[in-house]
Order: sequence, then C-alpha cells, then structure tokens
Amino acid sequence: MTFLTQNPTVTSLWEFLKNKDQIPQRVFTPPPARYGGRHTVTLIPGDGIGPELAHHVRELFRFCCVPVDFEVVNVDSSMASEDDINNAIMAIRRNGVALKGNIETNHNLPPSYKSRNSLLRTTLDLYANVMHCQSLPGVRTRHKNIDIMIIRENTEGEYSSLEHENVPGVVECLKIITKTKSLRIADYAFRAARATGRRRVTAVHKANIMKLADGLFLECCKEVASGYPEISFDSMIVDNTTMQLVSRPQQFDVMVMPNLYGNVVSNVCAGLVGGPGLVPGANYGEDYAVFETGTRNTGKSIANHNTANPTAMLLASCLLLDHVKLHAYASMIRRAILSTITETRLHTADLGGQGSTSEVVQSIMNAVQSTGPQTLSI
Amino acid sequence: MSAAPICFSQFTSHPYTVSWAVGAVKKGTPQARTFTRGIQTVTLIPGDGIGPEISTAVMKIFEAAEAPIQWEERNVTAIQGPGGKWMIPPDAKESMDRNKIGLKGPLKTPIAAGHPSMNLLLRKTFDLYANVRPCVSIEGYKTPYSDVNLVTIRENTEGEYSGIEHVIVDGVVQSIKLITEQASQRIADYAFEYARNNQRASVTAVHKANIMRMSDGLFLRKCREAAEKHKDVKFTEMYLDTVCLNMVQDPTQFDVLVMPNLYGDILSDLCAGLIGGLGVTPSGNIGANGVAIFESVHGTAPDIAGKDMANPTALLLSAVMMLRHMGLHGHAKKIEAACFDTIRDEKVRTKDLGGNSKCSEFTEAICQRVRDMQ
Repeated sequence: MTFLTQNPTVTSLWEFLKNKDQIPQRVFTPPPARYGGRHTVTLIPGDGIGPELAHHVRELFRFCCVPVDFEVVNVDSSMASEDDINNAIMAIRRNGVALKGNIETNHNLPPSYKSRNSLLRTTLDLYANVMHCQSLPGVRTRHKNIDIMIIRENTEGEYSSLEHENVPGVVECLKIITKTKSLRIADYAFRAARATGRRRVTAVHKANIMKLADGLFLECCKEVASGYPEISFDSMIVDNTTMQLVSRPQQFDVMVMPNLYGNVVSNVCAGLVGGPGLVPGANYGEDYAVFETGTRNTGKSIANHNTANPTAMLLASCLLLDHVKLHAYASMIRRAILSTITETRLHTADLGGQGSTSEVVQSIMNAVQSTGPQTLSI
Repeated sequence: MSAAPICFSQFTSHPYTVSWAVGAVKKGTPQARTFTRGIQTVTLIPGDGIGPEISTAVMKIFEAAEAPIQWEERNVTAIQGPGGKWMIPPDAKESMDRNKIGLKGPLKTPIAAGHPSMNLLLRKTFDLYANVRPCVSIEGYKTPYSDVNLVTIRENTEGEYSGIEHVIVDGVVQSIKLITEQASQRIADYAFEYARNNQRASVTAVHKANIMRMSDGLFLRKCREAAEKHKDVKFTEMYLDTVCLNMVQDPTQFDVLVMPNLYGDILSDLCAGLIGGLGVTPSGNIGANGVAIFESVHGTAPDIAGKDMANPTALLLSAVMMLRHMGLHGHAKKIEAACFDTIRDEKVRTKDLGGNSKCSEFTEAICQRVRDMQ
C-alpha cells in the first residue's frame, strides 16, 4: 500500500486554490522515524495471545536482521484511567507506525470506560481498515479461489459511542454518517482498487431501511465512482451480501462499507478463508498506520498455550515492512510464511492440525534461512 | 428529537403474556375461537407475483394430507383510512384478529405508491415482535454446509430499524438505534420459551456490548434476567463478529440465537444462505395477543410469475412451522418428510433447486408421497 505514503505536495498557490474544495489532503507528511537506517516502530502487545505473538514477531525480525526496532508500550485494559492508551497514542505519533495486539474491553464496566482500541483508532484518525482475504494454498476450506479486499470505514458509523438514556428503560444509540468521511473512505477504496489493478468495487449498505444515513454513504460512493470510469461500481444490501458470501464468495472483488457492516463482512470473509489466525489487517490514516490481526480477537481462551496461529500477526508485520518500504524483507518473510502454510503437518489447532506456535515460527525461520539472501563475506 | 413518546404509545396498550401465546398452543389445548368441527381456520394472504401459485400448491398439499385447516383468503393491499393514515383493509384485520394464525406469501412494495411497505404495516398492526427463522439443512439440496440446525430469533420492532433519522447539518446524518427494556425483555422471554417448547438445549445472545455499551448492555441484561427464570436452558453470550466468524466455519455449534433487529436481519439471512437461500427458508412472526403470521421471505419473482416455475418449498415449510405452532405435530412431520423426500429424490425438482420440473409436478409429487404415507 505504498501509494498512500506518496502525498502530492502543493507546488503553487494556483494548484492549492484549484484543489481546495476536493477531498482534503494533508500537505505536510511527517518523515518516518528512521535514524541510522533503522526504523522505530511502536509495539502494543495487548491481551490474550497478543504478548506471545509480539514476542514471535520480534524473534523473527531479529533472526532476519530486519532494521526495525520496537518501542514496546503496554496498555493495561483493567485500569480505569486512560493514561496507558494515551501513552500508546503518543508513541504512535512519534513513530508513525505501530504493530498492535487487541486490547480487551470488559463490556460489564460502565459506559464511561471506552473501548481502548476504538479510542486509538478515532484519536489517530485511522479512517481505513483494509483486510485482504485470500484463499491460501494448503488450507482446507469449503470455498476456493476467494480474493476479496474489504475496506471498512473505521472511525464513525455505529461506533461513535454516543448513547444516552432519555427515559429510564429507553436507550438511544446514535449512528453518525458524515459526507466528508464517506467521501474519504470511498476515495480510498477506489484508489486502492486502481493501485492494485482491481476491476470492481461493491458498496455494502442498508439504504432501503436507513434511507438518510446509508443513503448518504451510497451517494458519496457513487460520486467518487464517477471519477474512476475504468472501475465498475455496484452496491448490495448487507443481508443479501452475507447470503452471497456463503454461497458464492468468488463474485466479490473490492468491498467498501461503513463500520458495523464492515465488522460483519470482514469476519465472515475471514471465516471463509480459514479463520482468524490467517488474515492480517491494516488501519491507515493520513499520517499513521497501525497493523494488527484482521479479526481483532484477543484469544483469551488459548493464551499462553503455545497453540495460537502466528500467521495473521506475522503477515501483519510483513504489511508493516511494506509500509516502511522494506520490501525485500517483506517478500522474504511472506514467502517463508506461505511455504510453511502449505505444510499441513505444521498446521495449528485452528486449522485442524496439531502443530504448536513455536514449531510454526521455527519452520518459518528455517525457510528464511534456506531461501533468503546469504551473507557474502564476514 | 426525543423518541420517547413513540415508544410508550407502542407498549402501554397491549397487556400480553408470552406463555399464553406460545405455551398454551404447544400443550395442544384447542383455540376456542376457531374451533368448529375440529377444523382450525387460518387467514391466507396469497401475496403478489408467484404468491398465488405457491399458495395454491400449499393448499393442495394440505388437502392431500387431510390437515384440519380451513383457509380464509384475504388481500392486504394498503388502503388509506380516515385521516389519511395508511392501513390494511379492515376485513383482513378482522379475519386475523379472529383466527390469530396467518400464512402469507411474498408481498411487493411498489416504489411510488405513497404507502409504506406492507410488511411494515402488518408488523405495526399486529405488533409482530419476534421473527423466528429455523434453519435446517435440507438433505438432497447440497450446499457447502451440512448439518446446520439452528434457529434465529430476531427482535422485530425497534433497534436500528426504528426509522428515526435526522440531518444535523448539511453532510452529517444521525440514525437512532432504540433499545427499550420492555421490548428486550419480551424477546428474551420468547426466546427461552421457544427453546423450552421445542426441546432446544441452549440460547445464545448476540450483541456488540463492547462498543454499544448502554444499548446492547441493556439487551444483554434482559437476556440474563430471562436466563435466570429459565434455568433448564443453557445461556451464553457472544459478540456479533465472533458469531459470524464461527458460523461460516462451523455452524453446528449454534442452537438458538437471540438478538436485536439489525444483527438479526444480517444473521438470519446469513443462516438462510448456509442452507440454500431464501427459496427454501421458512419464517414465522410472533405477535402480541397470540397472533402469529408465517411467511415465505423470498421476493415476488415477477419474471417467473404465472409460468408454473415457482418453488413452493419456502411457503410449505413455513406452513409446516405453522402446524407445529398450532400443535398439529403429526401432520407437520408428514408434510415435511414428504417435501424433503421429494427434494432428496432429485427426480422432480423445480429450476432453482437444480431440476427442470414445473411447480405443479413438484406439488403433485409431494401430494402423492403424503397420500402414500396415510
């Protein structure tokens, strides 16, 4: 996704005046934290299987001699104060890039305690959540040849956390849809489709019921679509979408949608290609990028059992390497991961095998060693 | 901008008890109001498009099975009552109020007719608060998923579909999701009653309380309270995204799912997709005062209307659900078995099931099987 980091710089006042009514783009991009040729990346281990997977990522990076240093920031989900998450946000502002595990939200706490993950996304304005679901060789699934890119609006919609109780026993929750953010995410989706050579974008909505809210979203998508004539655009109602996904998922190419439908569709697609342990996710904003597992699970029940599937987190770290333009390392590690996936005897429990996390990581390291660049001389 | 007045007027007028609506029927005690010579009268709404043909098919099959059902056909096209308010025709309303049980085919919503969708009108008129969709894999109709056997129970009156939307300023729209204590309690109680009456082992509440803390939190609290009252049924709660993830990997782990409106809409259609689509999925709407309307949820299919190509399976399975609701389990089992056997046999199947028989041939095959079973 390197196109996102290529921000057009304004060369003249005329250009600025010409473009000022279009989708606002930041003129100044802060430089990446790269000193002495080494990048610094924020690492937030999170809860559940997060810490062990973060450890494996660091182990693998050290083994492959990747020039990335991790600044670890722990966020304690049980603490009521928001200091921890604010520290993490500051660290991400400093470094520009982060790798993150999911932070648990105890939903029995009172509403004043906001979801930490949600806070992070909205404060840093990581407006696009991108999940690329692809059928992987060697993983047995009911459907084959799936290749769907899901682009989900990440900051507004149903996740606005604006709720109130006007009358005892009657709770209202607000879903906010704005024109600016809808235009922004639609533009992102079409740019991504163009950059990756994809031909079709489908907007997922429920505008027949929520006429104003999803109607606005759909209008914005149509408006942006008119600027990309080579990409075909259509729309589909969310319940029909889920039905089509379980019967014929091969028909979809790029899908763009508001927040909640994105949650449902991305989880359905992740399940279709093999489960939460295989798909990485990326959250992009204008200035920052945060990488994590696609389905954002804490995996509390399998924490510290050495049975978690590290593939999702490791593929997320490859996306991170691509983002900081270390493409050679990214492809090397990705190749090693894919060759390990095809070996069914090393599949972890979620894929129906009996391999352990450490075995999988060891196998990836062996694959890197056998196929990676050799040291020329000491 | 306050939505409170709408809520209270909806819920203070009907005193209801779920146990009467469901329990009394399940115990097999006859409904006094429709008891004439042991035959129960049911309001039939054929609907539009392929509606009339599939309704005829269902009537024929019921006749062959000698089910004690008498049909009263009604039309529910909206008319404008005094004061300009759109409502269903009074004879249809009176028939439903008398018979309490209805079977409905697909209804079309004309775009520029000026009136709201008929389904919405029916829902408001009879306060159909629960939408029940049992999804069972059909042997003989292969899908990538086998052994699906779950029920989705969806709250049908409020939630995200309240239709309360405002433009705050130009370019900012808010849509209000309404969750009330009464509606949540009603649907939770219904879910547990259903589980108990249909020998289902567990009920799972589907929610997103980590994000929508107050609204889904209220819904969850009411489900927990209902679980306390029904200790014989196991209760679990699961996030919506986890349910979706697990549903497409292993649907056998789910039993009864209860949830608010939007999640229910998405999940019930997802489960319908697992078993083969809307053309084979039954559905029932339970209302206050013991009213229950069973329907087929597919569209009117105007392109094949009148050509004897329609598949009556969805309406037939909904009618079977209706028989079970009325306590006529023997007839229900017979008709359902005949239908599944015919599909499994693969000789006589309609086009959407992969064959090329006509609707009438398919119906006749089922009738023949039913007669052979007598």
